[in-house]
Amino acid sequence: MIQESLTQLSIQPPQSVASPVAQMLWLIPALPVVASGVIALLKQPRRRTASSLAIGSLALSSLLALVAFAHVVTLWAHGDQTRETVNFTWFRFAATHVDLGWVLDPLSSVMLVMVTFVGLLIFIYSTGYMAHDENFTRFFCFLSLFAGGMLGVVIANSLLLLFMSWEIVGLTSYLLIGFWYQKPSAAAAAKKAFLTTRIGDVFFLLGIVWLFAQTGTLLLYNNGNGSMEPGALAGLLAQPAQMGLTAAGAIGLLIFAGAAGKSGQFPLHVWLPDAMEGPTPVSALIHAATMVAAGVYLIARVYPLMQAGALAGGSTTALSVVTWVGAFTAVFAALIAVAQNDIKRILAYSTVSQLGYMMAGLGMGGVAVGMFHLITHAFFKALLFMGAGSVIHGCHEEQDIRRMGGLRSDMPATFLTYAIGMLALCGFPLLFSGFWSKDGILESAQHWSVARGPLYMLVFGAFLTAFYMTRQVGYVFLGTWRGHKPAHESPAVMTVPLAVLAFFAMTLGLIGTPAWPWFRGFIESRPVPFEWHGFLEPGLLALMGTSTVVVFVGLGLGLWLYGGQAPSPEQPDILERAVPVPWAWFRDRLYVDEIYAVTVVAFYGWWARVADWLDRRVWGGAVAGVSWIFRGWAHFNRFLDMNWVDGSFDKGCEELASGGGLLSRAQNGRVQSYLRILALSVVVLVAILIWSSLP
Amino acid sequence: MNPLTAYLLVAALLFAIGLAGALTRRNAILVLIGIELMLNAANLNLIAFWRYGPHPEALTGMMFAIFSIAVAAAEAAVGLGLVISIHRHAKTTDLDAMNRMKG
Repeated sequence: MIQESLTQLSIQPPQSVASPVAQMLWLIPALPVVASGVIALLKQPRRRTASSLAIGSLALSSLLALVAFAHVVTLWAHGDQTRETVNFTWFRFAATHVDLGWVLDPLSSVMLVMVTFVGLLIFIYSTGYMAHDENFTRFFCFLSLFAGGMLGVVIANSLLLLFMSWEIVGLTSYLLIGFWYQKPSAAAAAKKAFLTTRIGDVFFLLGIVWLFAQTGTLLLYNNGNGSMEPGALAGLLAQPAQMGLTAAGAIGLLIFAGAAGKSGQFPLHVWLPDAMEGPTPVSALIHAATMVAAGVYLIARVYPLMQAGALAGGSTTALSVVTWVGAFTAVFAALIAVAQNDIKRILAYSTVSQLGYMMAGLGMGGVAVGMFHLITHAFFKALLFMGAGSVIHGCHEEQDIRRMGGLRSDMPATFLTYAIGMLALCGFPLLFSGFWSKDGILESAQHWSVARGPLYMLVFGAFLTAFYMTRQVGYVFLGTWRGHKPAHESPAVMTVPLAVLAFFAMTLGLIGTPAWPWFRGFIESRPVPFEWHGFLEPGLLALMGTSTVVVFVGLGLGLWLYGGQAPSPEQPDILERAVPVPWAWFRDRLYVDEIYAVTVVAFYGWWARVADWLDRRVWGGAVAGVSWIFRGWAHFNRFLDMNWVDGSFDKGCEELASGGGLLSRAQNGRVQSYLRILALSVVVLVAILIWSSLP
Repeated sequence: MNPLTAYLLVAALLFAIGLAGALTRRNAILVLIGIELMLNAANLNLIAFWRYGPHPEALTGMMFAIFSIAVAAAEAAVGLGLVISIHRHAKTTDLDAMNRMKG
């Protein structure tokens, strides 16, 4: 069925008409985008107008997102179909038509609420954090555009619309990482982020094009004709598999490459720690809570494709790749985070690690498991980043944790909220959201039929997470002050959002406990009873016990090592003294950047030199040769022209001139000489006449 | 010798005298007089050919001559007017001094 424009859509049969809520869904991303456009036109000093516009539009979007969420929850509660789509044709050529559209389902509604809510808190926090920056208006312009792009990714029902929003998000990420472009490191980090994510995006685009070529539609859901619906997937699976990969699996892997670029999965994670050069609210919003989650969300969105071809309870090649990459990234980044000294860099590696958890959760447990960790992580990681921003602000732009210490008493509000975020990230049992979401992932790893490796890796990752977060808190908040100027607490505009996020970091886990898996039921649109014996599933309590023990070991080890007075900047780290060799590897980020420098970067440098040589010598030489031939030809032509053509022409002209000079003497201006000639001519003519008439 | 030949001879003589006057005289007025003589020689021819031609009863020759005399009178008036204007301008009627007609 060909989708017609919006107006015609409303006259289709009643069951396909989207509800007014779904019809108006486009307003949610449109509002921040429009606000961004208006802010772009504002003059630099109009700071209050800019921030009010950005916050106002996002608050409105947030409200609309809540309405959409409530709408979906109502549909779910009534047992109705929870997915609604609004599609229309953007343009058509010949028989092909390119469709855009948006979708309202549990997945997108949850993301909408999360993105708008976390975004709103960070916008408010930014007014405090960026209060002294002269480019305040520009900052809010970019931030607003980012929010619009991200919300576009969330609601997109067309891979094309998703990709366009995805690129807006990538662009704003670039602009915001390089916001302080006067700093060479920030400019370099922005460039690195843009290029690295672009590598993933190329694969993503290839995947989209391939999927479009195979299924003939860009829409994900379209009343049975979308590319994520059984008809199209059956078509993809019908093709013979090559090297163990079906077409669906190969496309899924291409899309995963895009997701890995955006979500900082190994080996495309290198940009994310560097992205911390941007302002801290940006790190919180984009590089911790929302944008990096876009990759995870994308995998969740195309999950039917990733899962296509799986037998009951089995896994597919694509999902296995997602799982292994995720589990590896989780441990890899956690190891690096242990040995970092920059407060934001630790959090950045922690984000990479947690994104690995989400990917592994998606790969092994399905959409609900990965998405639940995404949502809880968004709250507590935004909280941690904003807390880190508050610390940096309070310590006069100091980011090195070795120059902090004892902030527990100087910044009590920040300490309290930061500790909540840290415990949520570590997965402190029962009270904190991170425990439940991480446990969901571990539980699905326990039941994964393919391999046991990811389970052990993720449990080890959980230990490392607890350890490095305790180390960071020990350095920053415990012990005594090691900096120069004393620290001060941040203003309320910064601490109140922290408190709100801290509340959610604690309570959000309640919607995903084994006894009442509300979130899972909502995402999968099935009813959820409240049952205490959800805890009594075989192996679950043992697993929870194990993860609790692991977390306590990590916390205890961290407190034992760093709970007292942490070493000053001049002294080596406590662990460094104990195990100097692996410590140096982790401190130098396992040399991934260096490996890239000697492989990829060196290869491209060499390739660029070859291209330069080819350009100068081969192509340039050919061009120069041709130009020499033509110049020689031109010289020959010039010679011919000067000597033959011009010579004869000049001669003719001379003759004409001299002849004219001769004749001009006849025209002497005397009437009588003219008359004489006339008379003479008449006489001659008469003579000829007479002559010719003679017999 | 029939009368026509005599008339034609007189006309030819008159024309030759007029041409000689027009070509040799320096004075513009005398040149004009020469031109008048040539015109009248032509008129004489017209009358003579008419009178001794095949249709003397038709007044064609007379008409030609009268037209020609009228045109000659107008032409003489224009010519003398030009001579007077040139004389006022250049203070001379010598044709050799008036060589400015070449482009």
